[in-house]
Amino acid sequence: MGIQEWTYVMVGLTFALYIGIAILTRVKSTAGFYVAGQGVGALANGMATAADWMSAASFISMAGLIAFMGYDGAIYLMGWTGGYVLLALLLAPFLRKFGKYTVPDFVGDRYYSRTARVVAVIAAIFISFTYVAGQMRGVGIVFSRFLGVSIELGVVLGMIIVAFYAVMGGMKGVTYTQMAQYLVLIFAYLAPAIAIAFLLTNNPLPQAAIGDILPKLNQITVDLGLTNYAAPFTELSFINVLFITVALMVGTAGLPHVIVRFYTTKTVKAARWSTFWALLFIAILYTTAPTIAIFAKYVILDTLANRPVAEVQAIPWVQNWTQTGLITLKDVNGDGLVQAAELFGSKTPEIKAAIDRDIIVLATPEIARLAPWLIALVAAGGLAAALSTASGLLIVISSAIAHDIYGHLINPTAPDEKRLLVGRITTFLAVMVAGFFGIYPPGFVAEVVAFAFGLAAASFFPVIILGIFWKRATKQGAILGMLTGLVFTAVTIGMIRAPQIFAFLGVTQPIIPDFFGINAQGVGTVGMMLNFLVMWIVSLMTPPPPQEVQDMVERIRYPRLLEGAQAFNPTQDPATV
Amino acid sequence: MTVRHTFDQVKYWRRTVRRILLLLSVWFLVGPVMSIIFVEQLNQFSIGGIPFGFWMGQQGSIYVFVLLILLNCILADRLDREFDVHETPETTRHVVSDH
Repeated sequence: MGIQEWTYVMVGLTFALYIGIAILTRVKSTAGFYVAGQGVGALANGMATAADWMSAASFISMAGLIAFMGYDGAIYLMGWTGGYVLLALLLAPFLRKFGKYTVPDFVGDRYYSRTARVVAVIAAIFISFTYVAGQMRGVGIVFSRFLGVSIELGVVLGMIIVAFYAVMGGMKGVTYTQMAQYLVLIFAYLAPAIAIAFLLTNNPLPQAAIGDILPKLNQITVDLGLTNYAAPFTELSFINVLFITVALMVGTAGLPHVIVRFYTTKTVKAARWSTFWALLFIAILYTTAPTIAIFAKYVILDTLANRPVAEVQAIPWVQNWTQTGLITLKDVNGDGLVQAAELFGSKTPEIKAAIDRDIIVLATPEIARLAPWLIALVAAGGLAAALSTASGLLIVISSAIAHDIYGHLINPTAPDEKRLLVGRITTFLAVMVAGFFGIYPPGFVAEVVAFAFGLAAASFFPVIILGIFWKRATKQGAILGMLTGLVFTAVTIGMIRAPQIFAFLGVTQPIIPDFFGINAQGVGTVGMMLNFLVMWIVSLMTPPPPQEVQDMVERIRYPRLLEGAQAFNPTQDPATV
Repeated sequence: MTVRHTFDQVKYWRRTVRRILLLLSVWFLVGPVMSIIFVEQLNQFSIGGIPFGFWMGQQGSIYVFVLLILLNCILADRLDREFDVHETPETTRHVVSDH
């Protein structure tokens, strides 16, 4: 069997698995639908969180980005893992003790305010839709590259699968499919990395094998006139590396689809331990990605650079990926040879990189001449990464609308069956909208991922932290703080990325090039600082929160229920606050 | 309604906050400080052929982050038992409707 046939088999088998899980994990209550009945164990939740977190971008694009950026790629590695330390230490156990369904639940209850809840709902929906559109697009792209179907058909197939298990099983269905998806994606990611490490160094552990290859890569990049691979601050300035890393860390800790995963565990202790399992499972991929970057860049430069163009174009994998448009080899200076700068681009704008960064992960198995079934597995892994993240985001969107808006603000007396039905319908509609954005991506989708992290950092992170650790934080402080962070970050990113975001208005120049040297990805850090500052000042100027809110803050600080504390029972709850 | 005190809540919380601050300062030192601010100085040294600052940024910091969370779990569990606020089947209530 060839690669194409194997890909059909692998994708077909994994999709059948997801459907099987969906049928086994149907739910009959809102508690099951939104927080998986709070019955998920620590290890299981850690695994589901890892898949929830690692998106199409982590799986397909990250290693390639790092290969192009060298050291500066550390912003993604540290940013997207360091945030878990904040989550584990500052948020997860306390939010689990709080014990409701959504992030706006916490914001609304802790800040005793419908307005605060509504601001949180808007932020949650905006952040999640921004993010989910990219995932659906990712599904379409994987389908089109590996199976030769159109991107549109790929998106529709992805929509059907996600709709099936998210509508039927809600958070419970999503949790168990995410666990399966983690296993698929991590195996698909590691197998080629181990194979190529062994091929190059006879050492199967990629994290150890880079010791042999990195010095050679540094040498070859310098010899070929590229910047030294390990040298810092070549692609991004020092200040940008610092601010982007912090924004990604804090944004990670503020993303609603990650936070709600810790609402699903059985106990506070399990929530704490699942942060450990989650980062451990994530670290397996995140410490492998930079090794793939090093191996792939070395092999590509070593085998292709300074060879005759015609000879390079005849290499089978170069031919394959030229057909998909991900390799566009041109002999820019007309000397008949392939230059390193022609492969990876250079500072001078006339020489564009011939290699699309997504190649690094997608083509590595072919470059290493692995078996067709392993290459096919990469397609299934990419789909698993995109679908698992998409489904987590869809639950957040659905719960924000069905639980926070409908259940709390529109019809607080609705019976559980009716709430569940509304939850299922909004999930289905959210899948449709996400799919629509996947098929017709607004021109700015790729540009606004910075939005998702920047806004999460600038809105949720400060209000949740202060809500737990500072009883004096007031609703006025929280509302003004969130609005300041959101507006500042949105406006600044909008001005810096104006040509991409407002292209339809004919804008061609950024309104400001950057914010005091900080680019669009890093301004979330500034937004977060402003949020903290505003919240602190306004809280001290306004009357302290009511006693029952201070009691609630007291309760969430201790794992065991305190005597005299009112028990929260989600099956009867709702909406009495 | 005021929450009645059954254990030394002030002390428990103070020790929790102290633990969090301690672990966070390691996080700050290893992440932003060593792996970004002083990366060039650390690159003077190398381990196994890899410049140390580069290795911290792309590998080492992630291992430390995992260890920090592990340490947090172990220390928090110990503190909970010491103050007798750990969860037991009787004190744990969760939704049971979907199993």
